Amino acid sequence: MKTQTYVLNLGPQHPSTHGVFRIILELDGETVVKATPVPGYLHRGIEKLAEARTYTQVIPYTDRMDYLASMLMNWGYVAAVEKLMGIQVPERAEYIRVIVGELSRIASHLVATGAYGADIGGLTAFIYTFRDREDVLDMLEMICGSRMTFSYFRIGGVAEDLPEEFYPKIKEFIAKFPACCDEYDGLITGNEIFQARTKFVGVIPPEVAINYSLSGPVLRASGVNFDLRKNRPYSVYDRFDFEVPLGKNGDCFDRFRLRILEMRQSIRIIEQALEQMPEGEIMARVPKVIKPPVGDAYAEIESSKGIYGAYVVSDGSTKPYRVHFRRPSFINLGYLGKLCEGWKIADVIAILGSIDIVLGEVDC
Amino acid sequence: MAQKQLPAELLAALSEKFPGLQVAENQVITVDAARLLPLMQELKENPDYAMDYLTNLTGVDYADRFEMVYNLISFEHGYELMVKCPLPDKENPSVPSLCPLWGGANWQEREVYDLMGINFTGYPGHPTRIFLEDNFPGHPLRKDFQWEGGREA
Repeated sequence: MKTQTYVLNLGPQHPSTHGVFRIILELDGETVVKATPVPGYLHRGIEKLAEARTYTQVIPYTDRMDYLASMLMNWGYVAAVEKLMGIQVPERAEYIRVIVGELSRIASHLVATGAYGADIGGLTAFIYTFRDREDVLDMLEMICGSRMTFSYFRIGGVAEDLPEEFYPKIKEFIAKFPACCDEYDGLITGNEIFQARTKFVGVIPPEVAINYSLSGPVLRASGVNFDLRKNRPYSVYDRFDFEVPLGKNGDCFDRFRLRILEMRQSIRIIEQALEQMPEGEIMARVPKVIKPPVGDAYAEIESSKGIYGAYVVSDGSTKPYRVHFRRPSFINLGYLGKLCEGWKIADVIAILGSIDIVLGEVDC
Repeated sequence: MAQKQLPAELLAALSEKFPGLQVAENQVITVDAARLLPLMQELKENPDYAMDYLTNLTGVDYADRFEMVYNLISFEHGYELMVKCPLPDKENPSVPSLCPLWGGANWQEREVYDLMGINFTGYPGHPTRIFLEDNFPGHPLRKDFQWEGGREA
């Protein structure tokens, strides 16, 4: 009997590839011999667009990269411009940034958790996490009036102070959210079928994770202890007591579980930030027209997907000469092709889902 | 932002090993393309630096040159470093690929090739476009890029 490998396109319309990502699979039966990821279906040229906008006008474009955690996307960009101009952000603004940033992280991890359950075949998880994500989005809407593309950060601070009605709502959320995490653990993490599908599947050894510049939960699931909030604290993160959860095996299960553990830590950070938050200004004294001196700056933050960096070059005019974004989803995908080799088609879905990509960020 | 910089003696040792290296006040290192690969290898493999993580890699189109920018982190020591590599040949910009050192350079170099048209010598195979179609004319992140029917610069 003569057998031969055949080629199957997974995506771009497959739900697990978010509709804008394709993996060309060369298959031997159901086993993947070679996998070639093809991004680019959503590419909008944000880096080029930024060159024709003023520094402030770039902020809404960053929202549209990782639209599940827009606040964090704002943060990386404004941090780079602030570094370029030497702006000192007021303390209250830093605390607000931490609070909304961590809320965004929770919102993003909730999508990752729920959608991963759905990828594996349990749609209930999706409903549960989105129920709680609504609460987070309600709070963020109170702050900035938007539910997805927040554009709340400004160069030198944030757009507005937290409204009064935000405080009772967040207290209520802090009190109830750990129980929600327990619920996800009971519903998904503890599920036998889920474990059978994810444990020891798509293992990334720590040295490979470092070599391929992976970051965020994908890196830490392999046991590499690196979190910018801890290892190189920016903003006011050095004032909070929290842990960086680590995985043991670097498999799909660890990557999934880590996000739930991280959400629990985020709640701890928000709680402390609310307690410590000082009164005062929320904006530094920044000229109306932003004209940074000639030069360049690179700043990075720990986004929900990993290290998010912005490299900004100024020629002294009102528009950035060049902006480059280091998007964690894009770089985390760089190892996907090799990671899928030797696994079955169904495992490819499990592996792709566990990396937690947002295509807006991959294609930028 | 709290950042840990390379100690002065390590920088001095680096300048000694690679003569002609420019070290700016803010520790940005500028190296020519010929010595980029050995320098990166030294930074990665010498345990004094242990810069085993290539965070970021990108290119900039200046009026007289292209310039590659690399950001490195050492997990062990916590150092971070920016390395710049100017490419004076504006017509045919080319730089050694870092793929032999880091797997993470692979996709990032493909992105730079696609959008900026910089060639990477030693890239496994040849860098192919990653975001745009294979037959797309030109490289959009170049300053002189103008597409038919596009907005005037």
